Amino acid sequence: MAKIVGGITTSHVPAIGRAIAGSQQDDPYWKPFFDGFPPVHDWLQKVKPDVAVVIYNDHGLNFFLDKMPTFAVGAAPEYQNADEGWGIPTLPPYKGDPALSWHIINELVGKEFDLTTCQEMLVDHAFSLPLKLLWPNEERCPVRTVPVCINTVQYPLPSAKRCYKMGKALGEAIASWDDELRVVIIGTGGLSHQLDGERAGFVNKDFDLAFMESLINDPEWATQYSNEEIVEKTGTQGVELLMWLATRAALPGAVRKVHANYHIPISNTAAGLMVMEPIG
Amino acid sequence: MSGTTQKREIPGTRVFDGDLAQKGYALNKMCFSFNSAENREAFSADEKAYCTKYGLNKEQSEAIRTRNVLGLLAAGGNVYYLAKFAGILGLDVQDLGAAQTGMTKEAFKAMLVAAGK
Repeated sequence: MAKIVGGITTSHVPAIGRAIAGSQQDDPYWKPFFDGFPPVHDWLQKVKPDVAVVIYNDHGLNFFLDKMPTFAVGAAPEYQNADEGWGIPTLPPYKGDPALSWHIINELVGKEFDLTTCQEMLVDHAFSLPLKLLWPNEERCPVRTVPVCINTVQYPLPSAKRCYKMGKALGEAIASWDDELRVVIIGTGGLSHQLDGERAGFVNKDFDLAFMESLINDPEWATQYSNEEIVEKTGTQGVELLMWLATRAALPGAVRKVHANYHIPISNTAAGLMVMEPIG
Repeated sequence: MSGTTQKREIPGTRVFDGDLAQKGYALNKMCFSFNSAENREAFSADEKAYCTKYGLNKEQSEAIRTRNVLGLLAAGGNVYYLAKFAGILGLDVQDLGAAQTGMTKEAFKAMLVAAGK
């Protein structure tokens, strides 16, 4: 049976791509962010995942408003990164794991999650940058991937409660896969930030830190909030914490915190990073 | 239109619901096209013609012409797509933040740094 080795949650701002492309990791502005990652690299060396299931939100690369799935799962042999409009160098393609993808799809639909399945799928910075942050020295991402995309563009978005349930079902699906794979769940986005409106620049350190702590001690805590309440507390794009919540829900049972980092600001964003590992 | 979902008043904040998704469709579709470098060049070569091709209404065309970020949002623009328009102009999200809050970029960045203390 496949084993979930743990979960990694991290922010995914496009500016990270510019910083990597410009080798700015040691700049005073970027250092507090990039310095969060070496302990994660050490952990990955130790747990040696074969596959990363990446829970992220598309920002208008693969999906447009003509068709906007609530939950979409990739089922392709390979996923391409592409120009998102800024001309930042694209990253090499990512290997898929179609057999695991279809197992996840079958299990999730069996549990009444009505998914969109994608045999072709472009993956944007929310997918590519976290993988580059986790494996910075490899030319190509060394693990196979399964993209799981949650709509955070067009309301109504799935609720925190629903995303938690989906994450839980996703974890159960992976754990029931009849193959000795080691799987890491990666959730990307957040934490608090707001790009649009007169309240642009809003961040909320107290809430972010409480949310990060809740993932360890009280994982369903954030499911008490509606998405509008989450927006009020964390900003219009802070709602991307849904990806963190689904990631935590995919981990079986109690977890321990392996590592965490939190820094304001990168770009307009409060950047968070956590590694969680099942205790059992 | 009956796509409004927002029930909660959040100052300076509007969620992108069905009403805005309908209102802003042409504008967002144009911005989505900017994923392609070729389309970005075509826009830059003749902005007015490009807006017409995508069927932008007067409010949307005017907000594009005047680089009015709050106007683009009011006209149904979604920030994820508008970010691609900002890219053509060489603006980052902190420029957008400054423009929307009426601050200088330096003041906007300083506000973020202060929020982290």
